[in-house]
Amino acid sequence: MADITLNRLAKVYPGGVRALHDLDLTVRDGEFFALLGPSGCGKSTLLRTIAGLEAASGGTVHIGDRDVTALQPGERDIAMVFQDYALFPHMTVEENIAYPLKVKKVGRAERAAKARRTAEELGLGPLVERRPGQLSGGQQQRAALARAMACRPRVFLFDEPLSNLDARMRLEARTFLKKLQRELGVTTVFVTHDQAEALAMADRLAVMESGELRQVGTPTEVFRRPASTFVASFIGSTPMNLVDGEVTAPGAVRVAGGELPLPDAAASLTEAGEKVVYGIRPEYLRWSDVPAEGAVAGTVSVVENLGSAQLVTLECDGGVSVQVVVSEDHEPEPGNRGWAVPRNDRALLYRDGDLVAEHGTTDATVSGPAEGPGNGVGDGPADDAEPVPS
Amino acid sequence: MAATTSSADPSPAGPQGQETAEKGKRRQAREEPERDAAGLGRRRAAAFLAPALLLVALFLVLPAVWTLYLGATDYRLTGIPAIDPAFVGFDNLTKALGDDGFWRSLRLTLVFVLGSAVIGQAGLGFALAWWMRERTGRLRTTLEVLVMLAWILPSSVVAFLWIAFLDRDGGTLNELLRTPGAAWLLDHPMLSIVVYNIWRGSAFSMMLYSAALGNVPASHLETARLAGAGGLQQLRDVVFPRIRGHILTNLLLISLWTFNDFTPFLITAGGPDGATETLPVHIYKTALGSGELGYGAAISFLMLLINLVVAVIYLRLLGQRNKSGTAGKKSRTARRKARGSGQKEAA
Repeated sequence: MADITLNRLAKVYPGGVRALHDLDLTVRDGEFFALLGPSGCGKSTLLRTIAGLEAASGGTVHIGDRDVTALQPGERDIAMVFQDYALFPHMTVEENIAYPLKVKKVGRAERAAKARRTAEELGLGPLVERRPGQLSGGQQQRAALARAMACRPRVFLFDEPLSNLDARMRLEARTFLKKLQRELGVTTVFVTHDQAEALAMADRLAVMESGELRQVGTPTEVFRRPASTFVASFIGSTPMNLVDGEVTAPGAVRVAGGELPLPDAAASLTEAGEKVVYGIRPEYLRWSDVPAEGAVAGTVSVVENLGSAQLVTLECDGGVSVQVVVSEDHEPEPGNRGWAVPRNDRALLYRDGDLVAEHGTTDATVSGPAEGPGNGVGDGPADDAEPVPS
Repeated sequence: MAATTSSADPSPAGPQGQETAEKGKRRQAREEPERDAAGLGRRRAAAFLAPALLLVALFLVLPAVWTLYLGATDYRLTGIPAIDPAFVGFDNLTKALGDDGFWRSLRLTLVFVLGSAVIGQAGLGFALAWWMRERTGRLRTTLEVLVMLAWILPSSVVAFLWIAFLDRDGGTLNELLRTPGAAWLLDHPMLSIVVYNIWRGSAFSMMLYSAALGNVPASHLETARLAGAGGLQQLRDVVFPRIRGHILTNLLLISLWTFNDFTPFLITAGGPDGATETLPVHIYKTALGSGELGYGAAISFLMLLINLVVAVIYLRLLGQRNKSGTAGKKSRTARRKARGSGQKEAA
């Protein structure tokens, strides 16, 4: 068991493409940590650099107290599960699970016993004699997990662990993975492009964009208080409403033709006349069929059924549209007039793309590499423990 | 997903002879509902095939049967038997099997095939393919062009180049090694043609292995690396099991090609003193040099049998692989499907 500390970690590919920009990050011991971001944001590169499959161009990687930056992948005491599981088709499940032990020259009887025990733990007991081709997708994943577990590594790395499963299996595997990780207590980093997956599984997550960490925090923090408009629009199954607005004199903000009270968090930090972006999740807007105080008004243009609720798109008077999650109690029809009242403690203001909030409340944000180390990303003491060689 | 079943099925590479009966059966089963897919009708379909079949019959089957017939006669290039060959039955075959010259040629041929094809071309080709795997840029392109050039140049040109290269007086090799007067073709004739043939034919193995290595998923190699496997372990545990079929197919092809290769004759003319007289050269010298066409044809027939034996051995090995490897193949298909769907979602 060990924590992972990245110190000014950089990766530049030959040809000058910067995949990682001097990242500082601490993954705590025993944590289930997600790297989340759109494709091409560098999350996989980061995972592969931790694994040692890519060499870092600058900075260091520590696993526990050990500086592993210059070590080969095999010497780092880690195990990785790939998106395609990478089970060897010519070996049985048992041989696959025992393979890392075989490379480490563990005796035949001992490794067979260990492989069988690990297989039992993951419910693969009756399948050990089969070949990977005779397993279902979920079983293949568990075989790959068993192979990773068998040699008791200090860190697990999962590359898109769920994306090869069908939708139903994915939910099952999500719960299974989270439970397994909790039971084993092994520090685990996984990569995903699916924000729902990251929110559901991770203890903490990092949102990445173009090789930089945009926000690091617990799923609740990242969901409730996205540090930037990028994170705000990336997190959440229904995208957050981000509407241009202007702060008007007495603690109010003018948005989409309506006058709304300033969000609690930003109340004392804005000046009259400032251009801002008003952010509110569709779930935090209350629907009203009659005119209401502090609401945006508009005409219903689309109603999407979400099952237990409906997602209503409101064409506002200012020419912008706002999405509202409406409970079953109301049944708006396209063409109806409607009013949406924001929950003031959940509304956010963004200035130049960054959250307007008192410092310290957004405990884990980064805005760029220019600020250097110790700017609050990693929260461990390791962050400022040693001078950065450069 | 159902639509991708056929595209995900591993494509039947290589000649039809390599397809196992099982695979053929599967395909048949799949095509049964629409036996006449093109809607031509049996007669018109046969008409389309006829020209090709005719050419095959004319230029492959007929000469083979003709050789068989000639081998049973005392046909000669000159003299009375040239006009009126007599039927001699198995005499030519028994004569060949009792002839030291034949056995010597066969031994030389096997040395030539093992040294230059099985060990040389396959080994060097694989080494080049493995080396090029992660490399791009000018060095790789240059090397590829050079290797390919050796393969596509006409034999006569190549033979002349090698004679000039190995020449005793002022040959390029002697200049390079500063060994004037070393007679490579006289002192080391077999070694010379083995090295020549490695140089000449490695391109094919290189290309075949390059394609094969492209099919080894990076994640498999990386899994082995993460477990701590070194380069040789990765080759043994991940790469070779994966490309076993490609290796066998390659060995089959280059063995047969090298077995029947006549180009060494252009360099050494079978000499000195028969030291490089491989079977094709032996047949040429017997049939056209000494004019014993019937006897030469009989040896040709023996050579055909040897080729068949070699081919059957390789095909047996391939068949074994397919029997034990069906599970693996299925998994590959399944995984490819899975990967496809994963990519779709990512996009």
